[in-house]
Amino acid sequence: MTATSTAPGPAPAQARPRAVAARLSEARLGLARGGIEIWQTLTYWPDLLQALFFSAASVVALVVMRGHHVPGTAFSLGSLTLPGVIGMNIAVTGVTGVTALLAIDREDGTLLRAKATPGGMSAYVIGKIVLTAATVLLGLTLMLIVGLLAFPGLHVTAIGWLTLIWVAALGLLATIPLGILLGSLIADPRFIGVIVLPFAGLAAISGIFYPITHLPGWLQAIGQVFPMYWLGLGMRAALLPGALQSVELDGSWRLGYVLLALCGWATLGLLAAPPVLRRMAQRESGSKVMARRERAMLRRT
Amino acid sequence: MSDVAAEVRDLRMLYGANEVLSGVDFSVRTGEVVAMLGPNGAGKTTTIEILEGFRMRSAGEVTVLGQDPAHAGEAWRARIGVVLQSWRDHAKWRVRELLRHLGMYYARYGTQEIARPWDTDELLDVVGLSAQARARVGNLSGGQRRRLDVAIGIVGRPELLFLDEPTAGFDPAARREFHELVHRLTDLERATVLLTTHDLAEAEKLADRVIILAGGTIIADGSPDELALRLSGNAEVRWTRDGQRFVHPTDQATTFTRELFRQFGESVEDLEVRRPNLEDTYMALVQEYEQ
Repeated sequence: MTATSTAPGPAPAQARPRAVAARLSEARLGLARGGIEIWQTLTYWPDLLQALFFSAASVVALVVMRGHHVPGTAFSLGSLTLPGVIGMNIAVTGVTGVTALLAIDREDGTLLRAKATPGGMSAYVIGKIVLTAATVLLGLTLMLIVGLLAFPGLHVTAIGWLTLIWVAALGLLATIPLGILLGSLIADPRFIGVIVLPFAGLAAISGIFYPITHLPGWLQAIGQVFPMYWLGLGMRAALLPGALQSVELDGSWRLGYVLLALCGWATLGLLAAPPVLRRMAQRESGSKVMARRERAMLRRT
Repeated sequence: MSDVAAEVRDLRMLYGANEVLSGVDFSVRTGEVVAMLGPNGAGKTTTIEILEGFRMRSAGEVTVLGQDPAHAGEAWRARIGVVLQSWRDHAKWRVRELLRHLGMYYARYGTQEIARPWDTDELLDVVGLSAQARARVGNLSGGQRRRLDVAIGIVGRPELLFLDEPTAGFDPAARREFHELVHRLTDLERATVLLTTHDLAEAEKLADRVIILAGGTIIADGSPDELALRLSGNAEVRWTRDGQRFVHPTDQATTFTRELFRQFGESVEDLEVRRPNLEDTYMALVQEYEQ
C-alpha cells in the first residue's frame, strides 16, 4: 500500500486544528469585546451606577442594621446577613444581567450585527458572559470590602477565602447560562421587569434575610431547589465563624450539597442554553429588528 | 472566482397559507450591481434575507458565492457584506473602536487576492467619518450613522454586498453622498452588489441591472435602458414653432424628428425628445401586472 491519496478537501487531521483555531479566535474576540464593554461600563457613570446599584443599596441597608444583634448573641444582624446577600447578588445579577443584555441587544439589532459577522455570535455571547461576570465580581468586591471594614464580626480564614472563590465561580457557571436561556426566550425587553419579581419571592424563601429553618417544610424544600439558597449558604460558610452553622438546616454548612446543587444547575444551564440561543439567533433578521423598532417607536409616542 | 455570484431558481416562500414568493428566478453575475424594485409586500426583503442566510426558504434552489446560504458556515459569512439599518445598537462604542473590533473577525479569512479586513483608518476615510473616529456611535447624526453602517458592511471586503433600502430616510445631499460612496466601492473593490430600493432614480443611477418583483414573482429583468426600450413606443417629442408649443407622442422618435426638420427646418425650436425613464417603465409594468 504505497499509493498516496489526493482526495480533495482538507484531511480530518487538518480540519480539527482549523476548528480549534476558529474557536480560539472567537474566544479571543469575545474577551476583547467583553473587555471593551467592561471599560465602557466603568467609564460611564450611569452604567456604573446601574451595575452597582443593587450591591451598594444592600451594603447601605446592612450597615444600618449593624447596631442590631442576633437575639441572644453579641453577633450583629448585619454581619450575619451580608454573606447571604453576597450570594443573592450573584444569583440575581448572574441571571437577570445577561437576560436584560440579551433582550435589549436583540431589540436594537446588536445581535443581528453579531450574526452578520463571521464568528460573531460566539464572540458576542462570550463578551456578554465576561461583562456579566465582571459586573457580579465588581459588586461582590464592593460588598466584601465594605463588609470587612464595617462588620468586625466577619473574619475570613484561608479556607474561607478558598470557599468564597469556588462558590462564586460555580455560582457564575450556574446562573449565567440560565440568564442566556431566559434572555433567548423573552422577546420583549419590557418583560425584564417581570422576571425580576420571582427573584424577590425567591429571596424570601432562600434564607437570605430570614433563616430558612423558620419556614414551613414545603417552603424550605422549594427554596432548596434553586441556586440562590446554595449561593447564600456557601457564602455564609465562607465568611461566618463556624459556630454559626448551628442555625442552618442539619446544623451544618453542607458544602458538599452546595457543590452538588451548583454543579447541577451549571450542567442544566450549559446543556439547555446553547440550543435555545441558537434557535433564537437563527430567527433574527433585518425585518424582525425593523418591526421591533417600529413597535418601540409606537410605544414611545 | 466564479462568474455567477448568486443564483436563484424557483424560490418559494410561504408564511402559513400566504405565499410571499411564488417561483423567483434570477442570477447575479460577479461584479454586477443589481437593484431589486417592487411595491411594498412584493417580497424584496424576504428574497434578500434568504440570500443573506438570515431566513429559511420554503422551496427552491439558492446558491450564493457557491454555497447554499441556509447551510453555509462562517467562512462563507466572511465573504458576504450586509449593510443593516442601524437603530441604536453599540451606542456606547466609539466609531473607530467598533469598526476596528468588527474588522478583526475577518482577519483569519483573508486570502492572497483579498486582504481582510479593510484598514480601519483608510475605511473611515472612504466613508468620510475620519473626523468622527473618536465619537460615540450614539452621538452620530442620521447620515453619519448610515455611513458607519456601510463601513461595517464592507469592513471585511465582501465579494458580495447586500444593501436593503440603503437610503430610506436620507435627505437629498446624504443620498447623493451615498451614491458616490457606492460608485467608489464598485470601482475600487469590484464588489458585486444587490440592493433593494423604492427610489427609481437611485436604481437607474447605481444599477447595471434592474429586477422588478411584484406579487412574489419577477415581472421584469434587464438593464435600465433595456427596460425603458420596452416602452419606447411612449417617447414624446416636444418643440416650439412660431411661438407655439407642440407635443407629439411617437414610437419612432428619430424618424419623426428627421421628418420634422425636413418639413420646417430652422423654424423648429426648443426641441426635446423625452424617452421613458425607469420610473415610467416601472409604473407601466407594475400597473400591467396588477391588471
